[in-house]
Amino acid sequence: MSAPTAPAAGPTTSTAGRPARPLRHRGGLERGRRREAAALVMPSLLPILVLSVAPLVMGIALAFTDARLVRHPDYQFVGVDNFVRLADNSFFWDSFRIGMIWAVSVTVLQLVLALGLAQLLNSGLRLQGLTRVLALIPWAMPPVVVAIMWKMIYSPNAGPLNAFLGALGLPDDINWLADFSTALPAVIVVGVWVGMPQTTVTLLAGLQQIPGELHEAASMDGANAWRRFTAVTWPSLRPIVASITSLNFIWNFNSFSLVYVLTEGGPGGRTMLPMLFTYLEAFKNRNIGYAAAMGVVLVVVVVLLLAVYLRSQFRDDRAVKKG
Amino acid sequence: MRVLVRPAQYVALAGYIVFLGFPLLWLISASVKSSAELNSLTVSLLPSQWHWDNYAQALARQGLMSSAANSLVVALASTVLVILIAMPAAYVLARLKGAIRVAGVGWILVSQVFPVILIILPLFLILRTMNLTDSLVGLTLVHTTYTLPFALWMLQGYVVGIPTELEEAGSMDGATRLTVLRRIVFPLLAPGIVATAMFSFVSSWNEFFFALVLLQSPENYTLPITLTSFIGGEGKVALGPLAAGSFLAAIPSIVFFSIMQKKLTGGLMAGAVKG
Repeated sequence: MSAPTAPAAGPTTSTAGRPARPLRHRGGLERGRRREAAALVMPSLLPILVLSVAPLVMGIALAFTDARLVRHPDYQFVGVDNFVRLADNSFFWDSFRIGMIWAVSVTVLQLVLALGLAQLLNSGLRLQGLTRVLALIPWAMPPVVVAIMWKMIYSPNAGPLNAFLGALGLPDDINWLADFSTALPAVIVVGVWVGMPQTTVTLLAGLQQIPGELHEAASMDGANAWRRFTAVTWPSLRPIVASITSLNFIWNFNSFSLVYVLTEGGPGGRTMLPMLFTYLEAFKNRNIGYAAAMGVVLVVVVVLLLAVYLRSQFRDDRAVKKG
Repeated sequence: MRVLVRPAQYVALAGYIVFLGFPLLWLISASVKSSAELNSLTVSLLPSQWHWDNYAQALARQGLMSSAANSLVVALASTVLVILIAMPAAYVLARLKGAIRVAGVGWILVSQVFPVILIILPLFLILRTMNLTDSLVGLTLVHTTYTLPFALWMLQGYVVGIPTELEEAGSMDGATRLTVLRRIVFPLLAPGIVATAMFSFVSSWNEFFFALVLLQSPENYTLPITLTSFIGGEGKVALGPLAAGSFLAAIPSIVFFSIMQKKLTGGLMAGAVKG
């Protein structure tokens, strides 16, 4: 695969000896410039086309076949059979429901906790420097290490969480990640822990853009803290909240590594996120065509969510321009 | 009432500090405890005696060093590839206006949220026909492709900061496009290139999903895969060395985030460092 780098030689020869002018040109690009731009972009475009766009198209095609992941695949076009089967697959829809519960809980908790932390970091307390650094830690850790770390914390025998509960006189023998009732909440906490820093940082940036005079004016008018939040802070933050929430929701819905390492979808499928379910169908059950149909369904969901997000962005843009 | 606000704020802040900081603290603590202490029922954050041996054991452990070497090779190779192919494209992206730019930027955004699960299935088949599954070369190409969008986004942001007048001055002197890029644009891009290279390195070093799907033989495993293979065996794990190895694996990204701390605010930059 040395192909992607080869076209890089193109622009050097075609422009040799010609004085360079900036690529941008009033009213668009003339032909030579355009060819030159294409040559400069080609090395990036090639791997993307081969390893990202082509697989996407093939993936959609695969969803209409009975392909199996075997050495010498021999598959046939089966129309919408996979989708018909999928509609009746209660395990898939269970997993879809779990994915939704996971994504909604993590996104909402992330937002609420991050909003609180961002407010604290914006109110002139001591220890802010320390907290800011600490707040980046979850973000900085590789997902696999995060999962290993939390597995230790949730450990039923010598884990610090059970020890802490025991010290308070509470039940201290809970097997957090293996118990049917606690597994999903336990992985949700880890999801919140991982995603909170980024949301906090984004919201903090938003808070810092709100002019102090607005809060002062509200105080002068006798507004209490809650009133100031609803009347000043929240309206100014709303566009940022809308965009970070929709992005977080999509990311959380797409989540794989964290829960895969924590529970592999167990116990009894209680943490089987849809991405895990599809992965197992393709690479453990080897039904790659059927798994592709699941992938198509998940992609459609994400694209719909994305459309909602982009629409809200677009509306905000227009509102700003009008205002 | 007012008097109580500050103390309440500090209590809340303390809660956040414990929630965010404790897990890493615990990992570090576990990495210096003996296995006897890790399995005992009295749990404390500070080890009764410092057991540095875990680090030696982690490093001596079957496969951990060679996986770290694999991770290093893949991360370095994909970083070099990303920078080489992203530089010219980022330049074009930054200097263009209109439909092509909108398409490029739109594609970058979409690629940050698109579920890879549908793509990985045919990608696996494509790479298999090229004999690139279970291969570090294949993994490098995949990491390169999937780091590229965000690398382009970062780099073009730096290109925008370079005034076009500088280029015009260069071309007045009769320099060719390539000379202008090489002598004027790329040197000014150095800080952006460093930041983008660090980002690419860390993305690849931490990456789990593609490595999990593509790599099959243990001698090709990258560090995250080997670490998870250690926790697979139920109960049989030596927690101390595992904690030590995990902590070592996290160091590159901790370094990256401490350097980039100030820049990690807002926008797409905040967006795409998601694991």
